[in-house]
Amino acid sequence: MAAEPVPGPLAAACGEVRPASEDDAVAGVLPRYVAWPASVAEASAVLAAAAGLDLAVLPRGTGTRLAWGAPPRRCDLVIDTLRLDRVLEHEAGDLVARVQAGVRIDDLAGVLGLAGQQLSLDFPAAPGEAGRGTVGGVLATGAAGPRRLRYGTPRDLSIGITVVLADGTVAHSGGKVVKNVAGYDIGKLFAGSYGTLGLIVEAAFRLHPVLAAAAFVTRDCAGPAAAQELIAAAVGSPLAPSAAEIDRPARGAPVRVSVLLEGDKAGVAERSALLRELLGGGASIAAVPPAWWGRSGAADGTLLRIAFWAGELAAVLDALDAAASEAGLDPPVGGSAAAGVIYAAVPGSAPAASVAELVTALRASRPLGPAGSADGDGLGPPSRGSVVVLHAPPAVRDAVDIWGPVPSAGLMRAVKDQFDPGHRMAPGRMAGGI
Amino acid sequence: MMDTLVQRLGEICGADGVVSDPLELRTYESDGLTSHRCSPGLVVLPQTAGQVAEIVTECARAGVPFVARGSGTGLSGGALPRTDGVLIVTSRMRKIISIDPASRRAIVEPGVTNLAVSKAVERFGLFYAPDPSSQVVCSVGGNVAENSGGAHCLKHGFTVHHVTGLQIVTPAGQLTWLGDGTGGSAGYDLLGAFIGSEGTLGIVTKIIVKLTKIPEAVTTLLAAFKTTGHGGAAVSAIIGAGILPGAIEMMDALAIEAAEAAVACRYPAGAGAVLIVELDGPQADVERETAAVRALCEEAGATEIRAAGDAAERAAIWKGRRSAFAAVGRISPAYIVQDGVVPRTALPRVLDRIAELSAEAGIRVANVFHAGDGNLHPLVLFDDATPEACEAAEVLSGAILDLCIEHGGSITGEHGVGADKSRYMPRMFGADDLATMQLLRCAFDPAGMCNPGKIFPTPRLCGEVPGIRRAPHPLVAAGEIEQF
Repeated sequence: MAAEPVPGPLAAACGEVRPASEDDAVAGVLPRYVAWPASVAEASAVLAAAAGLDLAVLPRGTGTRLAWGAPPRRCDLVIDTLRLDRVLEHEAGDLVARVQAGVRIDDLAGVLGLAGQQLSLDFPAAPGEAGRGTVGGVLATGAAGPRRLRYGTPRDLSIGITVVLADGTVAHSGGKVVKNVAGYDIGKLFAGSYGTLGLIVEAAFRLHPVLAAAAFVTRDCAGPAAAQELIAAAVGSPLAPSAAEIDRPARGAPVRVSVLLEGDKAGVAERSALLRELLGGGASIAAVPPAWWGRSGAADGTLLRIAFWAGELAAVLDALDAAASEAGLDPPVGGSAAAGVIYAAVPGSAPAASVAELVTALRASRPLGPAGSADGDGLGPPSRGSVVVLHAPPAVRDAVDIWGPVPSAGLMRAVKDQFDPGHRMAPGRMAGGI
Repeated sequence: MMDTLVQRLGEICGADGVVSDPLELRTYESDGLTSHRCSPGLVVLPQTAGQVAEIVTECARAGVPFVARGSGTGLSGGALPRTDGVLIVTSRMRKIISIDPASRRAIVEPGVTNLAVSKAVERFGLFYAPDPSSQVVCSVGGNVAENSGGAHCLKHGFTVHHVTGLQIVTPAGQLTWLGDGTGGSAGYDLLGAFIGSEGTLGIVTKIIVKLTKIPEAVTTLLAAFKTTGHGGAAVSAIIGAGILPGAIEMMDALAIEAAEAAVACRYPAGAGAVLIVELDGPQADVERETAAVRALCEEAGATEIRAAGDAAERAAIWKGRRSAFAAVGRISPAYIVQDGVVPRTALPRVLDRIAELSAEAGIRVANVFHAGDGNLHPLVLFDDATPEACEAAEVLSGAILDLCIEHGGSITGEHGVGADKSRYMPRMFGADDLATMQLLRCAFDPAGMCNPGKIFPTPRLCGEVPGIRRAPHPLVAAGEIEQF
């Protein structure tokens, strides 16, 4: 396809707009143009111009998690945030930073580290990626790592946001103080919204001090039930773990359990000794994480995110085993067991129909269904978990609803209709075809 | 119209579930912000989520606005009723439905009090972390509406960090769930957006709360200083040392005087400021941090430091702080409780400026604040015998909010905007910001019937005629929700 010349109004809106190339494709959908706004005003002008030209728009940072989510139904214009790269404010005494959306997470970590502070998000770099993406991308996809147990996810740490809506309107919510209940929290709505409500241009975050010491207490155990017991013992202890992760390379293999303790040197030394005793089974203490810590699957495979009530860990693993076995698969599984989020990685070579079968069976399994004692009486939520296909080869994406059912999809559609009435922002990326 | 509605609501809630006697209605004319009063048109006391859905459906059909109320302890008039509307009181919905200690979750009804949740799960070594000072009486449903925090939110976070699922009745009268209890459900985070929406997006009928492990050790320090400036320096030093206490509270001389008069809290005599620092966590960590905080307070010029090791001693230290709001009633005929926020590093400058404003206006201001997160509660003391004095106090109170905004802060840290502060919203947010927030309102409540007149200074027209439903709600069409 020959590159299209950039339309006048779009060229006038932004100092840097170019015809797109093959490299700009999003899940196989090739955009026509890419714009690099360098200010909020320019981003607003670009979106206003896109509205005038009826262009479908997709925000992009470093593209680290661009393969996540469903392919857009339409994509004419990619708005790249990498020129929105300024750390606007870091008041160390307030433990708050305000940054533009295109700031790289690793660069931000460098700046904050100089003051002994951090944005407490520890998700690892995706396979094949050099960095961990941008602030905007992390917010838009809700990426979080093992320490979500202690610090939560991007939505928990974000305290203010500036967005540009599909018509170019610039809007703020929250602010730069941690404690603030003035007005609706639009930041929550944009966290995990995959670009479907508008473009995130700035965000403010609550920070934490970098703690002096960390210890990983690790052991193997026989299977899901034993792993659940160990995780429960660690989380139920007074030792205040920051993360409790599991990893199991294959069905029937021992489950590796590793618990992270953070704090001052003396405290971590004491607590890790106590935890080693508590976990038993020859648990070891290390200052660095085990090799599998925070690991996810290969970029060309299917990555499932399974969210569940933490007390159902063993039942979820058993349900996964049953479903995978039935589908002729054996994905490695691991993740933040204590926080109720694990990941299963199916290799790219697996037949799409088998992956779809696995996902469908797992979604229907008991531990992700209604609450135990309240089964069927309507006193609990209709489901207690979800299976989301984070990324997958095209054949798998075609074979299964990657998001699955979500609660209140009708209200979500109503929100989308209000924020983006023309359905031009990353249409089709989100759950329910939003 | 109202007569038919009264009859229908009586059928739904039973005769004892409807209050229409004008005298009885007056019981509900205000929440914790007693300066705003309005007798509701009708009060209903449903007992089940299904009844709430039916009530809201009837109100929507009749085009009658409705307001939800929990225990009525809110301080911004968020539950202020309307004469032309129905007040839906959730105090009869107070069952703890289930407790799942293994998943650290409980499902509760909205009328359950905040403290009742912690008491019910204590036997599992767990508690519910948000602890607003009214926790003995305030309801979890109200906490959801206000995104309540409490003294310990500095470390433990707000309601939004501790609620993982909500069953709500939408303003169209439909029951649905936001979130699935995991804290990681797919799709838009409607749960996060709903919490703190002050009852304007729907009515909560069930809440899945996240439970937290009770810390192994808690110590509480009380440090006295000559001035709030010295106390503020100690706060900066503590935070700068990388210590994150559960709570850091400060009171100035006037607030101490009031607390002493009211509850004889026996804080160090002549102190210009007292700081309460509470540390929680693993025993050994807490001991070391306590020693460090003690040393930092001494370096900052503390004139006296007391430590509490057990619950009784801790209660003695907190007694003065907890009674502070009510205590100023002892030294002033009337007072306004303000709730502003500034970045912590701006605290000294802001406190100095508040003192100047107070002196210029000739109106006393007692300061009680959550120093760790910059949340100020200036208490503006005045004599309500004359309208001029009331007006002057209001002006001073507003000037303090302007000061907070000027320093990059907020007009409310925890009490909410409600009916009280909607007029200040345009000082903190631009027209586009407010219009964008209202898009969310329009998605949930296009007819504008759910707690109208709160948060926003002017309603937004959502392109629909209030109260008239033209087609089935999309949720009904999709078969996702039941309709009553």
